[in-house]
Amino acid sequence: MLSRRDLLSGMALGCGGLALGLPGVAFARIAGERRFVLVILRGGMDGLAAVPPYGDPDYREARGPLALAAPGEVAGIIPLDRFWGLNAALEPIAPLFKSGEALVLHAVATPYRERSHFDGQDVLENGTLTPHGSESGWLNRALSLYGPESAQSGLAVGQGVPLALRGAVPVKSWAPSQLPGLPPAMIGELRALYGGDRLFTMALEEGVQAEALADATLGDQRAMGPQGPQANAFAKLAPEAGKLLAAERGPRVAVMECLGWDTHQGQGTAAGRMADTLKAFATGVSGLAQSLGPSWKETVVLAATEFGRTVRANGTGGTDHGTATAAFLMGGAVQGGRVIARWPGLAERQLYQGRDLAPTLDLRAALKAVLRDHLELPAEALDRVVFPQSAQAKPLDGLLRA
Amino acid sequence: MALEQAFIAANRFGLGPRPGDLRRIAADPRGWLRQQLAAPQYPAALAGLPPPRVQVERFFALRREIQEERKDLARRTPVAMQRPGTMAEAGAEATVPKAPAAGLAAPVRELYLAEAIARTRAAIDSPTPLVERLVAFWSNHFTVSIQRAAIAGLCGPFEREAIRPHVLGRFAEMLNAVLRHPAMLLYLDNARSIGPNSLAGTRNPDKGINENLGRELLELHTLGVNGGYTQKDVEAMARMLTGWSIVPPAQPGGGDFHFAPRIHEPGPKTLLGVSYREGGMEEVQAAISALARHPATAHHLAEKLARHFIADDPPAAAVSRLAAVYQRSDGDLAALARELIDAPEAWRDPLAKVKTPNDFVVSLVRATALSLPEPRVLVQSLRVLGQAPFAAPSPAGWPDRAADWLAPEALMHRIEWAGAAAHRLAGVVSADAIAEETIAPVAAPATLKTVASADGPAAKLTLVFASREFQRR
Repeated sequence: MLSRRDLLSGMALGCGGLALGLPGVAFARIAGERRFVLVILRGGMDGLAAVPPYGDPDYREARGPLALAAPGEVAGIIPLDRFWGLNAALEPIAPLFKSGEALVLHAVATPYRERSHFDGQDVLENGTLTPHGSESGWLNRALSLYGPESAQSGLAVGQGVPLALRGAVPVKSWAPSQLPGLPPAMIGELRALYGGDRLFTMALEEGVQAEALADATLGDQRAMGPQGPQANAFAKLAPEAGKLLAAERGPRVAVMECLGWDTHQGQGTAAGRMADTLKAFATGVSGLAQSLGPSWKETVVLAATEFGRTVRANGTGGTDHGTATAAFLMGGAVQGGRVIARWPGLAERQLYQGRDLAPTLDLRAALKAVLRDHLELPAEALDRVVFPQSAQAKPLDGLLRA
Repeated sequence: MALEQAFIAANRFGLGPRPGDLRRIAADPRGWLRQQLAAPQYPAALAGLPPPRVQVERFFALRREIQEERKDLARRTPVAMQRPGTMAEAGAEATVPKAPAAGLAAPVRELYLAEAIARTRAAIDSPTPLVERLVAFWSNHFTVSIQRAAIAGLCGPFEREAIRPHVLGRFAEMLNAVLRHPAMLLYLDNARSIGPNSLAGTRNPDKGINENLGRELLELHTLGVNGGYTQKDVEAMARMLTGWSIVPPAQPGGGDFHFAPRIHEPGPKTLLGVSYREGGMEEVQAAISALARHPATAHHLAEKLARHFIADDPPAAAVSRLAAVYQRSDGDLAALARELIDAPEAWRDPLAKVKTPNDFVVSLVRATALSLPEPRVLVQSLRVLGQAPFAAPSPAGWPDRAADWLAPEALMHRIEWAGAAAHRLAGVVSADAIAEETIAPVAAPATLKTVASADGPAAKLTLVFASREFQRR
């Protein structure tokens, strides 16, 4: 237990051999094998509800009505060890922890310290220190390091392209459609229509390719129906995204969204609003893993939210906007089965501004580790291009299998 | 040139021209817009709906029935099967009868659909489309959304009674109406926010403040995120808002606004450095006045309006002028709309903005002036294109930049949808005539040439609708 509570220092198990590939060389390898999926958990996920530190002596008192039933009780916490556990609603991804293919980063936060969803999400996605600090997203800038071939790589799953993936590198998007496809002859005419309009031209070129891939890989999508943005849409879309990522010439980097975390009221415990969202999220990830098939071995899924929520319940059985929270790192490439945290504690004096879980780990340290060790991007460029002013957030060693 | 200005008036400020509109508008594009503000028409499509109050009552009645059915189901279901996450769950799902709530959701859906259809119909038929645009803008500014199923039937009534009557009135009055509406009080969780030192709070130590509405009121509705408030201000605002609630749905008048002194947090509050004495529901009214007059609010609203009607990155000069007009007129929204019409920046680039999916669909139907496809089908189309009525993804509302709406797949879906519409229309309307009545004043020669040389009427029509000139405004 103690080693996990103070894990950063205990993480000397390096994997230096994987770092610092040459961009050009690295690309061929990534394009062939490695996959990275970013899941943006919009709305501010309560990390203490998702991954309860049930062994913390202050846990029960701090959480009050939101404290989860102990392991072994009805709808009790799924224990990961004697300190950490999973909300019972995360049962679909519990096997990934057993098999060492999932880990949690806890008491983690972006550099953002205010409590606006929209600014918080902007910082999570733009990769700078401030809201609107960049018009492009960190993942797009990461792709830009691969050079021209990177255009094959990026896919947004859903109706829009999240800021994380927006930028100079053209990316595709895909959402299931009930609409009839276009006659092939029309594509040339549309090109003529859009000549000179960069926005329309780029969207058309990427859209045509994405639809071709989706048609070839997924077949008829009409039965899927249009998707709302709620969490259960994630559960339905994630397995389809997995098929696209598994395709031989499919994308290698994808961004998805999972909504429904803004639990101000009636949050519930192992049942209720929060549990429904957790279950949909876990079901989606599990479906993604299955549909990736053998490619799961080469995959890292990172799920992160803009901020956490208050440690104590508010007056309406929910939680208000907070600071630190949990993030998930999952996939066959992950050295998992553990929780990584420098645990700040839940006693009143240990809380951030007397109300929130205190941040002790910079999310960028994990993101940089994934980019460096999984996507084999040069560490130097990560600090310069992808996450400016992040030198003090050193990439965490040992997150991935050597 | 006059036709280009008419194109801007009809699209930038409107919902797209109907046949004959451009020529009519060209005589005096600004005058055409000003006239709409002087004599807004109440949409006939909305007049056909039951009054908002009736819809609100019906919604709460339906919700009550659903809850009672659920309770009843729970009574009939063995306890072990009610707890998710247990070992029994997987098996239990198969044996528990399908919840009657699933059947009862249909009437709620009908309630929502009736509002969604009427709203879409109103946009298509409107002779004063600038007014409809303003309704949509302010409704989006004060988003309530069916993403929160618990208010699904309230979003239409909210727009009809809290937004529409005020779009040419004062901002403070709109804000007041918004904060008294059950849709907002429930969407942002204020209805059950309880002052810990109130009568009810001292008896129920588990209950307390919910700061959701307090925060969004400052961040989204008034000052803006950089408006200079702190976490302490959010908490003060939330304390002031305690008591702003609704009559419990089971009682007569259920769902109506009700200030409940029993749950109001007593004592003085300090908001933005100003101290407010304990004043019950007067506190929020005083705060509304102060917030509505705050320079940060003026700037925030001016910037949003300029982004919506001028450019994704609005010119600073236009924002300053709008903010000045807002302050000078004490938040007169009609004066703001007139200032937008007068802004030279709005009349320079006819294709600066990209239409939202809603306005793309509405403008296509207006352009063809045909008996519609079933309005229900249109609402379904909006859903397919990612903008179902009243379904914004968050309290921040729908986004307002081209990049937000023109993801690759989103563009493909628009073109495909336009193609399907064109196939239905090709025998009835001519692509040349539609092009003439819509995009001709601003169309690039290459666009007209591509349309002219396309193979067959359906393809021609698809290309008109797919053109950047039709999709931009």
